[in-house]
Parts: sequence; C-alpha cells; structure tokens
Amino acid sequence: MSEAEYSRSEMMIVASARQLAGERVCFVGIGPPNIACNLAKRTVAPDLELVYEAGVYGAAPQRLPLSIGDPTLVTGAVSVTNMFELFAYYLQRGLVDVAFLGASQIDRFGNVNTTVIGEYASPKVRLPGSGGACDIAINAHKLFVIMPQSTRSFVKEVDFVTSPGHLTGKRPDDWPGKGPAIVVTGFGVYKFAPDGEMYLASLHPGVTVDDVRANCAWEIAIADDVAQTPRPSDEELRLIREDLDPEGIYTSR
Amino acid sequence: MQDAIAEYVHDGDTVAIEGFTHLICFAAGHEIIRQRRRDLILCRLTPDVIYDQMIAAGVASKLVFSWLGNPGVGSLHAIRRRVERSDPESLEIEEYSHFGMVSRYVAGASGLPFFPIRSYFASDLPVANPMIKQVESPYGDGSVYAVPPLNPDVSIVHCQRADRNGNAQIWGFLGCQKEAAFAADRVILVCEELVGEDIIRSDPNRTVIPGLIVDALVVEPKACHPSFAQGYYDRDNRFYVDWDPISRDPQMLSEWLDEWVYGLTTHAEYVEKLGSERWARLTPGHAPSAEVDYGTYK
Repeated sequence: MSEAEYSRSEMMIVASARQLAGERVCFVGIGPPNIACNLAKRTVAPDLELVYEAGVYGAAPQRLPLSIGDPTLVTGAVSVTNMFELFAYYLQRGLVDVAFLGASQIDRFGNVNTTVIGEYASPKVRLPGSGGACDIAINAHKLFVIMPQSTRSFVKEVDFVTSPGHLTGKRPDDWPGKGPAIVVTGFGVYKFAPDGEMYLASLHPGVTVDDVRANCAWEIAIADDVAQTPRPSDEELRLIREDLDPEGIYTSR
Repeated sequence: MQDAIAEYVHDGDTVAIEGFTHLICFAAGHEIIRQRRRDLILCRLTPDVIYDQMIAAGVASKLVFSWLGNPGVGSLHAIRRRVERSDPESLEIEEYSHFGMVSRYVAGASGLPFFPIRSYFASDLPVANPMIKQVESPYGDGSVYAVPPLNPDVSIVHCQRADRNGNAQIWGFLGCQKEAAFAADRVILVCEELVGEDIIRSDPNRTVIPGLIVDALVVEPKACHPSFAQGYYDRDNRFYVDWDPISRDPQMLSEWLDEWVYGLTTHAEYVEKLGSERWARLTPGHAPSAEVDYGTYK
C-alpha cells in the first residue's frame, strides 16, 4: 500500500467512482460526477454505459470533458440523439439504472437544492437550477449524489426542493425511481435506511465521527458498523492526475 | 447576418438561440447586441455565456431557461447580478427543468396545447413557476405534469451545412435545434458551409431542418465560437474559463463588449481578431463516418 498524499476531493471522487461497480447504465451529471463516472469506467466499471443529457448514450470520451456537452462525448459514442428522445425514451422509459449528480444543499431525506440560497423571489445566491436534475431524480432507478459537506450543505431543511429525494421519509410507490441511495462527501459515504433517512456508512481515512457531526446541521444517524473507506490507490490517483483532471479543476490539490 | 437580424428580430420579441453546448450561434447574439435590440424575452435551456453577454448588454427584460451556469466553470455573473440584486435592473425569470423546456419546444413544434411529462412531483419548481401544472391522465392511471408550448417569435439555429434553399444538416449533439425551429414563427438558419442540393439529397436522414420553414439563411463560418461545430472546430474551453473573471466585473465586461462586439462590424472581423494560432489549437483531427448506401430505385 502506497503512502502517497491525496486531497479530500480526490478521496471523494475515488469513493464515488467505486460505488459504480456492477452498474450498467449511468446518467452523468456536471462537475465532480463527471470525473467520478469517467474514473469508474476506467477502473471498477469498464462496461458502464455513460449517458449525458446532451443526447449521448454510450460515450467513449478520449479526454475529460470540461462541460457535459463536449465534442469528445460524440466521437465514438454508441448513439447521439436529440434531447427529447434522451429524456423521454432513455430516462422516462426507465432505461437508466443510476444517475450521479451534484448538489448544493441536501437534507436528511436526500431532498436536493440546486436552485437558490434564500428566498426564491429574492435569492441571496442564485444557483444554476434544475437542468435535468429534477427529471433525473424522479425517473432514474436510483440516485447517487456527490457533494462537499459542511453545515451549510448538509442542512435541516433545504431552501428549495429542486430534486425530490425521499420527501419526508418515503416517496410514493408509483414513482418510477426509488430515490437517493448513496451520498459521497469529503468525509465519508452515506446510505439511506428503509425509513428514508440518511446514515453514515463509511468514514474516509483520517476522518472521525465527530468531524462528521460537526459538519452536519442535523443529528446524523451513524451505522453500528461504520466501515473505513479504503484510501485511493496509486492507479486511481494517477488516472485523476494524469488523465482526468490534470489541471486540478475538480480535485484541488 | 446584419440584414437577417435587422429584418427578423424586433424589440420585444421572444427569441431562442438554441444549441445545447454545441452550435450556439454567438455571432447572431453579437449582432443583436450591435443592433441594440431591447426588451427581448430570451429563451434557452442553458443561457450560457452568450446570454450573459446579451443580458449584460441590456437587450433582454426576461429570461426563460432550465440551467443557469457557465458549463464546467461556475456562474453567469451578469445574469446573477440582475436576478440577485436587480443590478443594474431587474430581470424577470421563468424557470423549468431540461425535460420541461425540451417538451415545451415539442409542444410548440407539434401544435399542441401542452405536453405531459413524468417530472416535478414534490419539487418546488411548480410553486416557483405556476405555468407547470399537475394534470390527471384522462385514462385514469395517475397524474403527470403539463408544460405549456413554447413558440418563439424567432428561433436562430446554427448547422454545419445547408443548401441555398435552407435545407440544413447537423451531426453531433442535436440539442433542440429541430424543435426550436419548427416551433418558431420565423427561423434564421446559420450555417458553417453552403453546399449543393445534391450533397443534402445524398444523405436525407441527416437533414434536421427543411428549407420550408426557414426565413433567412446566413452563411457564417466559425459563428459559434467559443461554442463549437462538431468536426469543424473544438469548444474553446479556455474562453469559458477566462469568461469567469470578466463576467464578475461589470467594468471588465463592458470593456470586453466594447472590444469584441461594439468595436467590430462583422463576425469575420471577430474570427480574424482571435488569431490563427487560436484557431489552429481548436482544429480537431479527423473521424469520418463510414458511408451508407441508400440504393437507387427506378
């Protein structure tokens, strides 16, 4: 085992990528999810079919796309379609196994805000909004979230529900997707109990339960048998640093 | 381009310059700024840097959108200033999700009164925007959300190649170019390359927009920079990164508009000003598709 230094955001990306082992069709969100999904395809999930809302199924990017609408996602893809077909036939029809999205705020039931901080009509901070996130959170079979954690992002109540999670504990059975399953932060990996509430499942190396509690605005549930996240391997770090994010845009080092 | 904008884009119009990351016609946006249009209602899924520039220049009073950011970089600060602080004036917004905006164009292009989608359940979006309405299925199997049709007064769509009749072919990301064009009252089509009708007819499956619905055809190479045209030039990611500090500072933004928009008269001057070194860096390698044989049937 190497003792190479790594950053909290690199640990977050690596832990996220590992969650995609065994998955087949993955809808890729903008920002950190983009690098995590591309890392997964090069490590634990070589058969992963990457779906991008720009209209791509089965992307084979030769460089890390800065945006999720980069031309490298087109060349060599299985299919490029218009956006209506992507959302209607692939997503709404139920072909997406997992979606990996970012978030600005999340609550204990996995409800996500990416719209505003403060009041909608007079926002303190205007965030990007839904994009495809609301549609994806409802229709993908399950949802993974990757986000930085603090008391400002892990909040008691989100300022705006952009993308519904488990509502106040359980989403209706007739919704197409089962909702948030995993949240990965720089501190650990969180899962959701049958009652819809988030709990700490795995701690990253060097992080304590007290750190987790100090960076969460509600009293976070902790698994009885909290695991330790394995540290990033040399190969995972090499792929991030040399291939996927050489300028450190998503993984400040 | 000057003539097309002068004739077809009027003050107060609802305007869509579409293209999802790909084929965003910046040249048309710059010409609208130069001609000092006012009170436009600008529609796009992703306002992108082009609407940050146009809104900073004061052409719009309202924005209809679904994702407001500089893709892969961060915020569109000129738009944020107007939304957060009414600086220098307020900007009305009407907000959907991507699927909602796409479906609005589909309804508009299909002549339908609304379009139903399985989205928005338990989201605050229908609260923020009452145009998103829950409706019961007439067949008794649950409820969905409806979005209203979007019929722009004018849609401006870019394509890789077109013939002189305005029959347009696109490859790569298709975005909502087709839907935005069919939904609009007037269509300005801009192409990288003018080709013969025989080229278009040799590959009819690639024709996205027929000349039938096109009002003006503009031949304007490299019109999408810093967006891209698949196979012609790459996305200029450096420009998107460099836009962030410019967009944060109203003075710098105003100087940028003076230098790169007001200070030029045509897009050809903009292309020239960017310099050959930059264009060389943005030139992609080759990846041609395999030919298909449509056959002859006599």
